[in-house]
Amino acid sequence: MADENKPGGEGAPPGGDSATPAAGTPSEASSSKPSEESGAKPAGTPAEAGGSKPPDKPAAEARSGASTSAEKPAEKPPPKPPPKKKAPAVMEVSPWGEPLVDALKERFGEQVKEFSSYRGQNFLVAELAAVIPIIEYLKLEQDFDYLVDVTAVDYPKRERRFEVIWILYSHAQNERVRIKADVADGESPSTATTVHITADWLEREVFDMFGIEFEGHPNMKRILLPDEWQGHPLRKEYSIIQQDQDWVRENLRIESAQ
Amino acid sequence: MAEATFLEANEMVLNMGPQHPSTHGVLRVILKLDGEKVLGTECVIGYLHRGVEKIAENRTYVQFAPYVDRMDYVAAVSNALGYCHAVETMAGIEIPERAQVVRVILAELNRIASHLLWLGTHALDIGAMTPVFYCFREREEVLKIFEKYCGARLTTHAFRIGGLQYETYDGFEKDCLAFCDWFLPKVDEYEELLTTNRIWVSRTKGIGILDADECKEYGVTGPVLRAAGVEWDLRRAQPYSGYENYEFDIPTCENGDTYDRYLVRLAEMRQSARIIRQGVEKLAPGPIKGKVSKVFKPAVGEAYASIEAPKGELGYYVVSDGSVQPYRVRVRPPSFVNLQALDRMCRGCLVADVVAIIGTIDIVLGEVDR
Repeated sequence: MADENKPGGEGAPPGGDSATPAAGTPSEASSSKPSEESGAKPAGTPAEAGGSKPPDKPAAEARSGASTSAEKPAEKPPPKPPPKKKAPAVMEVSPWGEPLVDALKERFGEQVKEFSSYRGQNFLVAELAAVIPIIEYLKLEQDFDYLVDVTAVDYPKRERRFEVIWILYSHAQNERVRIKADVADGESPSTATTVHITADWLEREVFDMFGIEFEGHPNMKRILLPDEWQGHPLRKEYSIIQQDQDWVRENLRIESAQ
Repeated sequence: MAEATFLEANEMVLNMGPQHPSTHGVLRVILKLDGEKVLGTECVIGYLHRGVEKIAENRTYVQFAPYVDRMDYVAAVSNALGYCHAVETMAGIEIPERAQVVRVILAELNRIASHLLWLGTHALDIGAMTPVFYCFREREEVLKIFEKYCGARLTTHAFRIGGLQYETYDGFEKDCLAFCDWFLPKVDEYEELLTTNRIWVSRTKGIGILDADECKEYGVTGPVLRAAGVEWDLRRAQPYSGYENYEFDIPTCENGDTYDRYLVRLAEMRQSARIIRQGVEKLAPGPIKGKVSKVFKPAVGEAYASIEAPKGELGYYVVSDGSVQPYRVRVRPPSFVNLQALDRMCRGCLVADVVAIIGTIDIVLGEVDR
């Protein structure tokens, strides 16, 4: 096991997505690694983010191919374009129509882009700037008094790669609403701690795992990982195998068997 | 003269944990103290972080199922139920009646086991030595049923997406009923030991108060919320796994202090036994697994589904991109969110009360850190 090959060939299938594109050539692999580490820091500049983007595209494509064709292929030549099985699938949503939707439409107009429902669960897609006013409005005037969760999903192929999700619940109406907004790398959504105190730790976890900083948060630092940790694990380019190899190399001074 | 003879009241910082036994694992609490009085706290967590959500993205839906048991390891059945429920909601899978009933029975048995572990250790933290032995004795019987059912006692992996892997063993119904009959008088025994015990009452009454509004503000759920007088239980509010067909009460109290949470959990154990009995009556022969293809590949979609775990609302937000691996699994752990309210509950109390309050939130660090 030569270390040159590790970031790509060996690491690719279990690590999922990240290392696959970098394996094109060894030089590419070695050059992309440091930039990934520095770029994943909270202060990642747009230039760095842009630099890490192109490799992501084949990564996300390779993901679907790799995961369907075989369970865990030991070796898979990355340059080969994966067979596309279907047209890009999208979620089949149904429209969500309720008095609440009308009220929100009247109040926020164009700022809410979509009202949908999937499997009976209602969600709305809003512009980032409108999210906190919506949460505040829902709390004060519609009785959505419980912020269930704040989380994010990473879609590296998208122009604005993160989707941040706020889940609200109303004790009075026994109803849940999900608010989604797209966030670009380096962009800072406003904190929800001004409306719901619960958001404190939840936003810190999003920051820890994705590197999304929330503006106005009273204590924006890592919560689960140590402060000196490099990178944000739930970004799709973050490879668990790479992480393991680096740790073993640094702390045990041997090559990892992974 | 005063300056020379009296010491100034200095603030002091004290680290509690991560090895302190009363922190139930590896929780570190930094206490800011004025003498014995707590001025503020800060939790340092993450010592047990295993990156469960990242692991999920690198496993298939089916492969990931055993991992969820390792979060709240004293209530593994609830974790599994929540995960299966979320994936089934997202994929629109129908669960056969029999599987749903067995799920309810096992989940309620697990609730009893979880509350028993909580009661024993909580009482031990406060200084009552006896209850822990009784609680573990009763919990053992629950674990025996789990072991007979699926071979594991703690991390059971009892459920599969779409239903159950195993049919119940011969005598399952009898064991469950026998357990309920045997167990209910034991709850009275705990009450005799603690409910009117003067030391217990003075250590828990009025300690760590969190009223209903504060609970909602902090997103606190489960027994802590119910002890503050909010009659909210997901089994009733948004029933899953057929809970709408069971008769049970939602115990609540008024004051929202440590003592009330104790009463609520004891009452919940009795209600769980009641649900188990009804479940055994409902148990009719039938299939135990719904239609799930061998290569499980749900359509592109997402769902948030949550259940009433012993500690509160346990939610899973699952996103599918149409492949065999989940694109994202987010766990909304009750312990993590409830622990956030520790600071509010501790302010103004004494150091010894911090131990009682950590116990009363009923956290499991495996779930806090994931």
